[in-house]
Amino acid sequence: MALDFDAFAIGLLLAPFAMALLAPLISQETGRAAGWIIAIVPAGLFVALLSLLGPVASGKIVQFAVDWVQTLGLEFALRIDGLSLVFALLISGIGSVVAVCSASFLDGHAHRGRFMAFLMLFMGAMLGLVLADSLPALFAFWELTSVASFLLIGFDHHRVDARRAATQALVVTGLGGLCLMIGGVLLHAAAGTWNLSGLPSLAADPAAASVYPAIVVFVLLAAFTKSAQVPFHFWLPGAMEAPTPVSAYLHSATMVQAGVYLLARLSPVLSGTPLWQVPLLVVGGVTLLWGAIHALGQTDLKYVLAQSTIAALGLSVFLIGIGGETGALALAAFFVAHALYKAGLFLVVGILDRSTGSRDIRMLGGLRELMPISFLATAAAALSMFGLPPFLGWFAKEELYLAATGGGQLAWAALGVLVVGSALMGAAALVVLVRPFMGSLGSVGTPRSEGGISLWAGPVVLGLAGFSAIFLLTEVGQFVIGPMAAAIAGGAEPHMSTTIDVFGIPFWASLATWALAITAYRRVEWIRAYLGEAAGRAGNWTFDRGFDQAMFGLVRAGGGLVRLFQHGRLELYLVLLFALLAIALVLPLLGVGDWPAFAVPIDLTPMEWGAVALIVVGTALVVAGRTRLGAIVALGLQGLGTGLLFLFMGAPDLGFTQLMIEVVSVVILALVMTRLRLGSRDPRPLEDWLRDGALALVCGSALAALLIRITAEPLDRRLSDFFASSSAALAHGRNIVNVILVDFRGLDTLGEITVVMTGGIAILALLGGARRVKRAAGPAVDGGGS
Amino acid sequence: MNTLILRTMTPILVTLIVPFSVIVVLRGHNSAGGGFIGGLIAAGAVAIHGMAFGTVATRRLLRIDPLLLSGIGVLIAALSGLPSALFGDAYLTGIWLPAHAFGTPGVFDIGVYLVVFGMLSAVILGLEDGEGEA
Repeated sequence: MALDFDAFAIGLLLAPFAMALLAPLISQETGRAAGWIIAIVPAGLFVALLSLLGPVASGKIVQFAVDWVQTLGLEFALRIDGLSLVFALLISGIGSVVAVCSASFLDGHAHRGRFMAFLMLFMGAMLGLVLADSLPALFAFWELTSVASFLLIGFDHHRVDARRAATQALVVTGLGGLCLMIGGVLLHAAAGTWNLSGLPSLAADPAAASVYPAIVVFVLLAAFTKSAQVPFHFWLPGAMEAPTPVSAYLHSATMVQAGVYLLARLSPVLSGTPLWQVPLLVVGGVTLLWGAIHALGQTDLKYVLAQSTIAALGLSVFLIGIGGETGALALAAFFVAHALYKAGLFLVVGILDRSTGSRDIRMLGGLRELMPISFLATAAAALSMFGLPPFLGWFAKEELYLAATGGGQLAWAALGVLVVGSALMGAAALVVLVRPFMGSLGSVGTPRSEGGISLWAGPVVLGLAGFSAIFLLTEVGQFVIGPMAAAIAGGAEPHMSTTIDVFGIPFWASLATWALAITAYRRVEWIRAYLGEAAGRAGNWTFDRGFDQAMFGLVRAGGGLVRLFQHGRLELYLVLLFALLAIALVLPLLGVGDWPAFAVPIDLTPMEWGAVALIVVGTALVVAGRTRLGAIVALGLQGLGTGLLFLFMGAPDLGFTQLMIEVVSVVILALVMTRLRLGSRDPRPLEDWLRDGALALVCGSALAALLIRITAEPLDRRLSDFFASSSAALAHGRNIVNVILVDFRGLDTLGEITVVMTGGIAILALLGGARRVKRAAGPAVDGGGS
Repeated sequence: MNTLILRTMTPILVTLIVPFSVIVVLRGHNSAGGGFIGGLIAAGAVAIHGMAFGTVATRRLLRIDPLLLSGIGVLIAALSGLPSALFGDAYLTGIWLPAHAFGTPGVFDIGVYLVVFGMLSAVILGLEDGEGEA
């Protein structure tokens, strides 16, 4: 099919957002059929993307780019290769199923339209994420998926738990988003391009050696927070507060896989070093085992599936850590299989919840005859999860074990981890299949009907997909799994094994897995009790509580910081100001080590010495003065001395201004003193004296040292010469200072006088306000003299 | 502050100070002086007059609200740059009368004078207002 690719690409990205805008209207107007209508968009996208399977499998990478910010070299680029195509197919395929299902699930809900809009918004963002070729676009869509997830988790916003879970998810994934941004910027700095297509392998590049660890750390953090790895896993069970279709779509098959996608996409660029592999193996393995065992400790079906999703994500990360062709193949196979069966299982749990009103495995039972369609769909999905042939899950499991064979002790350890993890997940699958449907009727009583076709069509389709893979196995391997693995492994051409080798390690590992899984299933109550006891011994602390504590601590720390700096006392603000000034002056001098030569020849005339003496006396009187008024006048004296010094040194304008400023300052200070009714003396405790004195000395000496050091350098006379020569010629004035002020730098002066005027307005406002307060307070209380 | 000496000397001082400040502004372009200094000097006159005769009398003498005067100064300074812009040069390019007797920089300087004078007078009179009230 020859498509105009530009139009296709734009349509691909925009269609879900367009549908998001239309969804509320459609939901309102069409009632029962709304889900089917809204699902046209994702279904259409799915079909269109299917047409690309052929070209992509033959090695062609479909690309589309349009210039975005040319000066920064940013393009808005799309890239469709094996990895992004498979993801996109799953997003659109499962998306259409979920759209149909959730419209029916929420039938009658007042805000169904809004829900469908959020769902479409999420789908658009997720599609953009996997198809994006430029890092900023990837980041933008990443954050958009976090926001959409927030909106969907907190959909039932009247409930505190839902709001809390939504905020928690947003905070954790948002932090990851920040890490992604930092990592992306570093990646751009190292590789020189914003496009993912053009990234070289940085692990082997010695030039990037200094920044490579930082990139790895940030990318790993971004992926671990998004994909709910330990210790960031706690938000995923909380996300189960969302309606079940949301859990089926976002929190099993798509959004949480974004982290896995990121790692897979950057695998060719960053893999190959222990710094990349070891954290992936360790974190992935821990998450796998943690999630799998906790899945068995849950009684709510939704939470069983949530924990097993955490385990599955850990498994995926573990596989990326294993790396290589076999690891990539295993990841591709497992990803597809998992998405299909997990989404199906979540949807079935939703049906169960709706029909019986309960998700508790202790209360459900014997529903296989009353809800046969659900039973069959669950069986297809759960057996795929258990890893039984001929389901897709079996082939995925084989690839898993194949990836862990060959290569010493570590390989056996990896195999062990995989076997135990898969076994526990298989046990969880049995819990979901057997408990609600087999045995005798549970305490929950007779269920309502299974619901219309809209509800069970989804799980059935997904289950069938997992089952029918065997009929198209070579095609699936060639067109879906193979290209995806090739993209992850960076260009190699792996082939999925389609035979059962009875003597190979994977086969025996599978047998061990099934045996272990059945054993674990039979001992489920014991496991649950053990976990409960362990939690009790740990003081019931969970990572979730840790998050709450961290947030609370953050708020408390923020408050403390504010109280430290915003205490409302002018005296302390000034102390802080001058302390920082002292630091700013001293540190550079210390750092550069460029101290001035203190043997400075001072050559002054007697008149100049007289002015200096005036300054010294004035300053001494300010500090040592006994009355406030005396100190103010002494300040004026000191200013007078400075003005005289300027005059003697040949700067008449400066001297004039200084003199006048001094006079006006003394007048204003004296007026302020009487206005504020300040006491005639200024008693200060010794500590304050010492503190203020020390600060003043440090600031003053540092400033003096700086000035002496600066003036020790020969003066750059270019500006002075220019002004001296052109002042009379160009500006027709012989007072260079004034000419600079009003002519050469007239615009600056215009700004300055505006500031002067505004300052006047501000001062009058303060004075006027104080006057009103004083009037209201009545005659003054303390009798300070003037 | 209403002493006899101050009340007698103030009219004389003010009569001397204010024209002196104007001279300082006008001569600023070629010798020591300028708008800032002139404004400061004139503000001193307002301070003395306020101390001797009170703020009400001083404000009556000024006729215009000093802050308004300050605003007028900014306006004059800003407008002084316009003629050059209208004639094609950059804003604030100096335009001079024949023989360079006076020009737009001088007008600008007068604007600066008014700003400084107005602002300081406003502040000083505002402070002295409170004094008189107590």
